[in-house]
Amino acid sequence: MTDTVRNTLLFAVVFGLIILSGFFQGWNNAMFILNMGLISAIMALGVNLQWGFAGLFNVGVMGFVALGGLAAVLVGMPATPGAFAAGGPGVILALLLGAATVVAAVFTMRRMAPGRNRGLAITAVLIVGFFAFRGILDPSVELIESVNPAQTGYLGGLNPGTDETYKQNGWIMLIAWPVGGLLAAGAAWLIGKVALGLRSDYLAIATLGIAEIIIAILKNEDWLTRGVKNVVGIPRPVPYEIDLQNSAAFVDRAASMGFDPVEGSTILVKILYAILFTIVLLIILWLSHRALNSPWGRMLRAIRDNEIAAEAMGKDVTKRHLQVFILGSAVCGIAGAMMTTLDSQLTPGTYQPLRFTFLIWVMVIVGGSGSNLGAILGGFLIWFLWVQVEPIGLFAMNILTSGMAEDSALRAHLIESAAQMRLLTMGLIMILVLRFSPRGLIPEK
Amino acid sequence: MDFLNAIVALANYVLIPGIAYGSQLAIGALGVTLVYGILRFSNFAHGDTMAFGTMIVILMTWWLQSAGVSLGPLPTALVALPVGILGCIGLVLLTDRLVYRFYREQKAKPVILVIVSMGVMFIMNGIVRFIIGPDDQSFADGERFIISARDFKNMTGLEEGLGIRTTQLITVITAIIVVALLFWFLNKTRAGKSMRAYSDNEDLALLSGINPERVVMLTWIIVATLATIAGVLYGLDKSFKPFTYFQLLLPIFASAVVGGIGSPIGAIAGGFVIAFSEVTITYAWKKVLGYLMPESLEPSGLVQLMSTDYKFAVSFVILLIVLLFKPTGLFRGQAT
Repeated sequence: MTDTVRNTLLFAVVFGLIILSGFFQGWNNAMFILNMGLISAIMALGVNLQWGFAGLFNVGVMGFVALGGLAAVLVGMPATPGAFAAGGPGVILALLLGAATVVAAVFTMRRMAPGRNRGLAITAVLIVGFFAFRGILDPSVELIESVNPAQTGYLGGLNPGTDETYKQNGWIMLIAWPVGGLLAAGAAWLIGKVALGLRSDYLAIATLGIAEIIIAILKNEDWLTRGVKNVVGIPRPVPYEIDLQNSAAFVDRAASMGFDPVEGSTILVKILYAILFTIVLLIILWLSHRALNSPWGRMLRAIRDNEIAAEAMGKDVTKRHLQVFILGSAVCGIAGAMMTTLDSQLTPGTYQPLRFTFLIWVMVIVGGSGSNLGAILGGFLIWFLWVQVEPIGLFAMNILTSGMAEDSALRAHLIESAAQMRLLTMGLIMILVLRFSPRGLIPEK
Repeated sequence: MDFLNAIVALANYVLIPGIAYGSQLAIGALGVTLVYGILRFSNFAHGDTMAFGTMIVILMTWWLQSAGVSLGPLPTALVALPVGILGCIGLVLLTDRLVYRFYREQKAKPVILVIVSMGVMFIMNGIVRFIIGPDDQSFADGERFIISARDFKNMTGLEEGLGIRTTQLITVITAIIVVALLFWFLNKTRAGKSMRAYSDNEDLALLSGINPERVVMLTWIIVATLATIAGVLYGLDKSFKPFTYFQLLLPIFASAVVGGIGSPIGAIAGGFVIAFSEVTITYAWKKVLGYLMPESLEPSGLVQLMSTDYKFAVSFVILLIVLLFKPTGLFRGQAT
């Protein structure tokens, strides 16, 4: 069996599973799995770029995904009337001041001779800068958050519409996706500059921390994201179900295809999303495929396989690492913006490392690190399992416990806990793959 | 008087919680650092190992409580602790046998082991959630306070109260005992010396006839004991929730790395550095400063440097500073 046949078969099996779930659980559900599968596949491509190509151990995926979500808010929502006038300049000034403090501290470090004086000078710069930053930021933030706190209380975004009309500018979300990539890339540049020189497991700990910090910022800086009050009603690049249901032409078409308008409209919306996501996935796949097979890609793999030899050949290891770290994070940011668009809301409380960092890692490992097609396959397969393990687990528990008494406490507990089977299954899959097929389902050539 | 009040307020809100939290982090970091020193990888499953051991202790505590066993003023969990330790040792040894040993024999790269430990983390997390559920569980019983803030005020006539919780005292005493025992074991016993030798230079240790599998087994037993103790102390002091234990991974790693990963003394120092930085930076200093400063200069705001939700940021920034300027940590750890 050639590789092509094998790979086609593997993909056919995964899509067959999704279609099967469509027959059993309804097409809406199947389309949901497909759409999130597409997004997961993009995230997996991003992680594969970093880990598979360059051997960078990034466990901060969640942070970059969340930054993408932030971009969807900052681009897609309308500006809150009066909020920017109230505190905007103050916030911008404070942020500039904060950045200037860091730059000044770095400058001091580079210019002064090492010693106690340097340490004192840097500390002084940082302390003065921090208090000036807080002194300007806090009052401005208070002003912004007091603008209509129940409805908005944040700066809003760049959508040109007003509160009533902004949802008509759904096209703007297509801009938000690359912006999400840019935001993530910017953050990755900052982190990479500091942390990339470190040993692989230190980089892991550093990225783990960064992701938690990004989530903490999204949760607490209400002026930016409304924090845990969530931003809802983010516009979408596809029509709204309700508009479709009100259009006579659509109702007729749906009826002629045997769908009732409500179900038909929800499915159509999801199909349109799937088309958009597939286009993005194909573009990123094409780009990373080209990158993998270019001199640049070969250099990356050479660095991954033997850093010292590559350095001896005159390759700039740190610079390549920084590049690929930024690119991979940007891909995760794009996927994050797409996911927030699909949900039409940003809920910082739902970002959890097990779901948004480690699950993506399972996808890459299971699919095959270093192989783009593998990452995509892993994305679909693991997402499918993540969704389906719960009902399957419940089903299995019901059968297993069917012999027990109806009112048995153990039975109730087992059935109730079936929902927790997910993590167990994911860990088991990951360990089994690592042990028996460490190169994954579609190995790197 | 104002000065005394300031000191009491400082002790009540910063020193005592900081010491208790620092001891918990230190015991946790000792586990991470031992795995790193002997098995040479960063164990991402450590937080969930702590959660597993604590879970067994909680279940045991509930059973003991229902059976009417009680230690009077002390929490019943102390009786259940040995059972939890044994259970945790069993799980960890089983994991080593089924999972890690294979990679050790293959001499796999450390980063592969880290990824494997991510898989173990998923499984342990899943087991804990499966058995006890994802919710908060409280299992502290017995006397809540040694001195409550009100008694202290009545006793001394000061405006500020100083409360010491039983769990805080237990934490500190246990930590001292555990650390003393561990250092005695590492420095004085034959097995401990063989562990240190193995950590310093694997090949030389093998040459002198040290059995590597025995060293690894000993390490896991100690690590599981430390993890369970750290988890139970944290759970008694605060509360038990699987997700919180997973999140403890970050400050614990930060403690181990700040102190110098692989160095037991470093792990303890790191734990206190991280704990005190977190507490001081997220504490609202208004009260203490209010007593110390003349009335005209009294601060108007809370004088809180950062909101408590940014405590991860604190451990992280300290971690980065240490890594950038002293990559081997405060006490020379292994840096290869």
